[in-house]
Amino acid sequence: MKNTMLIVLALLCFSVSYAGGYRIALQGQKQLAMGHTGVAVINSSELVFFNPSGLTFLNEKFTVSVGANLVFANISFQNQNYGWHTEDKNSAATPFNVYAAYKINEWVSVGLGIYTPYGSGVEYPKDWEGSHLINDISLASIFVQPTVAFKINDIVSIGGGPIFATGNVNFNRNIDRTTTDVNGNRTNVTIDKTGITAWGYNLGLTVKPTEKLTIGVNYRSKIQMDAKDGEADFQNVPEGGNLQGQFDQVTFDASLPLPAELTVGASYAINEKWLVAFDYNRVYWNAYENLDVEFSNGQSSINPRNYKNSSTYRFGLQYNATPRLVLRGGYYFDESPVQSGYFAPETPRNDSNNFTGGFSFKLSDRFTIDASFLYIHFDEVEESYDHYQENGQNISFGGLYKNNGFVPGLGITYGF
Amino acid sequence: MKKYLYTILALGLSFGCQPEFNDPINEVGFYTSGEADFSNYVAVGNSLTAGYADNALYIEGQLNSFPSMLADKFSLAGGGDFNQPLVADNLGGLLANGQQIQGNRLVLEVTASSQNPAPIEGTPTTDIANHLEGTFNNMGIPGAKSYHLMANTYGNIGNLPAANPYFIRIASSNEATVIEDAVAQDPTFFTLWIGNNDILGFATSGGIGEDQTGNLDPSTYGNSDITDPNVFANIYNELLKALTANGAKGAVANIPDVTAIPYFTTVPYNAIPLDEATAAMLNQAYAPYNTGLQQAAFLGAISPEEATERTINFTVGQNPVVLLDEDLTDLTSINEGLTNMRQATNQDLIPLPVSSVLGTLADPSDPNSVIGVGVPLNDDQLLTASEIQLVVTAQTAYNTAIKALADQYDIAFVDIQSLMNTLAQGGVSFDGGTITNTFGTGGAFSLDGVHPTQRGYAVVANNFIRAINSKYNSDLPLVNPGSYPTIFVK
Repeated sequence: MKNTMLIVLALLCFSVSYAGGYRIALQGQKQLAMGHTGVAVINSSELVFFNPSGLTFLNEKFTVSVGANLVFANISFQNQNYGWHTEDKNSAATPFNVYAAYKINEWVSVGLGIYTPYGSGVEYPKDWEGSHLINDISLASIFVQPTVAFKINDIVSIGGGPIFATGNVNFNRNIDRTTTDVNGNRTNVTIDKTGITAWGYNLGLTVKPTEKLTIGVNYRSKIQMDAKDGEADFQNVPEGGNLQGQFDQVTFDASLPLPAELTVGASYAINEKWLVAFDYNRVYWNAYENLDVEFSNGQSSINPRNYKNSSTYRFGLQYNATPRLVLRGGYYFDESPVQSGYFAPETPRNDSNNFTGGFSFKLSDRFTIDASFLYIHFDEVEESYDHYQENGQNISFGGLYKNNGFVPGLGITYGF
Repeated sequence: MKKYLYTILALGLSFGCQPEFNDPINEVGFYTSGEADFSNYVAVGNSLTAGYADNALYIEGQLNSFPSMLADKFSLAGGGDFNQPLVADNLGGLLANGQQIQGNRLVLEVTASSQNPAPIEGTPTTDIANHLEGTFNNMGIPGAKSYHLMANTYGNIGNLPAANPYFIRIASSNEATVIEDAVAQDPTFFTLWIGNNDILGFATSGGIGEDQTGNLDPSTYGNSDITDPNVFANIYNELLKALTANGAKGAVANIPDVTAIPYFTTVPYNAIPLDEATAAMLNQAYAPYNTGLQQAAFLGAISPEEATERTINFTVGQNPVVLLDEDLTDLTSINEGLTNMRQATNQDLIPLPVSSVLGTLADPSDPNSVIGVGVPLNDDQLLTASEIQLVVTAQTAYNTAIKALADQYDIAFVDIQSLMNTLAQGGVSFDGGTITNTFGTGGAFSLDGVHPTQRGYAVVANNFIRAINSKYNSDLPLVNPGSYPTIFVK
C-alpha cells in the first residue's frame, strides 16, 4: 500500500532537490531519518560517509547498507511587475548510496562508500523569462571512498581515506534575452562534459568518553571539478553572426568547486531506548565565487556566484520501539549559501527548515529495511540575480521564488 | 487508520507538488480589471495593430503584436483567448492565386564588409485566396486608412488592387467591412488605432499625392492622398459609435509625427561629401544655371529671394543634395536649362529608400550623373517643407478629433505622438539601456523605418497599459521591453 502511494507520488511530480547550493544531503536512510545527524552516531556502515573513525565502534563484523532516495523538488517563480509565473518542469533524480564496513580486528576497520553528495537537476520551460540565465541544468557526481579506521584506545578512534570523484555536467541557456535566428528561434548554448574526475579526502575523529556519550568530528576536503575540452553546442546562431564559423565545433573549459565541509557533533544514549544526536555542519561555500566558462573561440561567460560559507544545525532522535522496530525523527535548519542579489534561478534557494522521519524494521537477524522521509520547507523569498550583463550593463532578473522538497527513501542493511 | 493514511497521502501530495505562493499572481483577483471587462478583446487598426514589421506581416511579428501583448496581460485579469489571423510563415510575402503580390520581410544581411537590409529569400506560402474561417480578435489590417474600415468591397478579392489583401484573407463576406466584422464579435473591450496611413501614404510617396482636404468623398481618393480631416473625424466617430454600442470600454491612440520615424530622419539633407576640387568643378558646371536665375530675377520672372533659394553652391565638406521642387516657379519657357532645381534645406526630408540611389550614377557611362549632385532628386524622392506642412496640418486635425472623441466616448486615450517624439529626442529607457528611433541600432524601429520592432511595440503596449490602468482603475502589469527582439540578422 505504501509503495503504491510512493509510486503515485512519483508519477505526479518529479524533480530534484539540493540542500544548500548543489549539495544533496541524503547520505543514508538511517541518518537522514534522524535529521541527517551522524558524525557521532554509531549505528551502521553509513558511518563511512558521516565519520569513518566511528567504524571501529560498530558491533557487527561485517555490515553493508544500500539505499536510494526519490527526490521531488520544485521551484515556483513569479514576478508581479510583469505578470510572469513559471514552474520548473519536474524531472527525476535518484541519489543513492552503498556503504560497507568490515572489522578486521578490534583495533582496525575498513570500509567503502559509494554515494552521490553533489548534483542538481533543474529544467525550466524552454525560453522562459529567465532563459538567458538557465533553461536546464544537470549536474551529477559519484564519490567512491575507501576508508580505514583505527581505534587508539577504548575512547578514541580515528579514520579517513581518499575520495575519488567522477561527475558530469550538462547546462543549457539562451545566449541573451532576445537574439534569435531569422525564424525567431532563440540562440542558445549547451555545455556538456562527462567523465570529469578529481580527488579529495576525508578525515574523522570519534571520542567516546562514556558509554552513553559519543563525540565526533569529520572533515571533508574541497574537490575541484575541472571540465576540460567539453562540448559547447551553439544552436540557432544567425548566419550573419557566424561568418567565420566561430560558433561551430566550440569546446569549453570550466571549473566547479565541491566545497569542503566540517562537521562536529555529539550523541547521547539517554537509556536503552532513546538516543539523541546533534550535528553542527559548516560548508565552505566561499570557494564558489564564479561560474566561468571559457570557450575555445575566445569568448567567455563570467557568472559571479559569490556564495558564502553556510551552516546547518541538525537534531536527531532514535527510539528503539521493539527489538525489531526502530523509529527515528529529526529536524535540521539549512542556511543557504546564496547571497542576496545572487539568486540565479538554477539554485534560487533561501534558508530551509527540514523535517525528517523514518524507521528500521528487522526482517531477520541479518536483514533490516530502512525507510526515511524528508520534507524541505522554504518560505517564499523575493530575490534577484543582479549580475547578468548585456552591453556592459547589469540587468536584474528576479521575483518571488518558492521551493519545496519531498524525499522518500528506502534502503536495506545486511550485517552479522 | 485508513483515514489517517489518506491524510498522510494528501499531505504527501501537497509536499510533492509545486509550491504555492501566498498570493499567486495567476489566481483570479490578484490583478483586477477595474471598471473594464477584458473577457472579449478586439483590436481594430492598421499594420501597427497587426504586428507588421520589416516591411511585412510574418508570424513572429504577429505573435508579438502590441494587441497580443495586451491580451497576455488581460488574461491575468479576466481576459479570454486572443485569436489572430496568423500568416503561413516567417517570410511574410503574400501570394494571390500563386502570384506574389507582396515582398518578403527585410532582414539584415551581414557580410565581412557590409550590413544591409534585404528581403529574406524564399517563396512565401501565404496565399490570400486561402480564406480563413472564423473570427479574429486582431482586426489590424495593414495598409488600412480610416475610411477603409467602413468600405464594403475592401475584403473582396475581385476588387483587387483597391481591396486589401490582408482583409481578403479574413473578411466574413465580400461585402463585409472591417468594423462590421469587429463589432460582430461583441467585444467587451477594444483598442482602435487608425489614421496613420491617412497621411503616411502621402508622406512616403514623397508627396506626389493630393491633399484631399475639402473633398468629402473618400471613394475618390488615391492611395497617396491626404484624407480630409472632416471625413476622418466623421469616420472616427462612426467607428467609436459602433464599437461602444454594446457598452464596451476601450482605448484609442493618436497619430505620431511622420518626422519622428527613421524613414524620414535617417538620410540627411546634406548627404553629399565633397573635396575642394570637386566642389569647384561642380560650381563651374552649375554656373550657367545660377546665371540664368539672376537673369530671370532681373526680368522679374522670379523674386530675388527665389533666385537666392534656387542658387546651387557647393563647398568643401557636407553639401545639400540637389532636387526638383514642383512648388518653384517654372522657368523652362524662358530657358530650357532652368529646371525647378534647388538645394535641400534642413526642412526637407529624404525618404529612407533614396539612400540606396543617392550618390550613385544615373547613367553609369556618365561620371557627371551622380544622383543628388549632377542629377537632381525627383519630386517623389523627397518630402519638401511645404509638403510636410500639409501632412502636419492634417495630422493635427486628426489628433484633435481623436482626443475630443476619446473624451466624448469616455474611453482611454494613448498619446503615441508624445511617445514617438520621446523616442526621437533622447529615447525611452528600459532595463537593458535606451531605445531610440535611430535606424537599425536604436531598437525602436524595424528595418522598414516605419514600423516598430517587437521591442518598440512593447513600449507601445506599455503606454496602452498605463492609459488603461489610469482610465479604468485596473492594475495590469507592464511588459518588459528588454525581453523582446529588435531587428533580425540573417
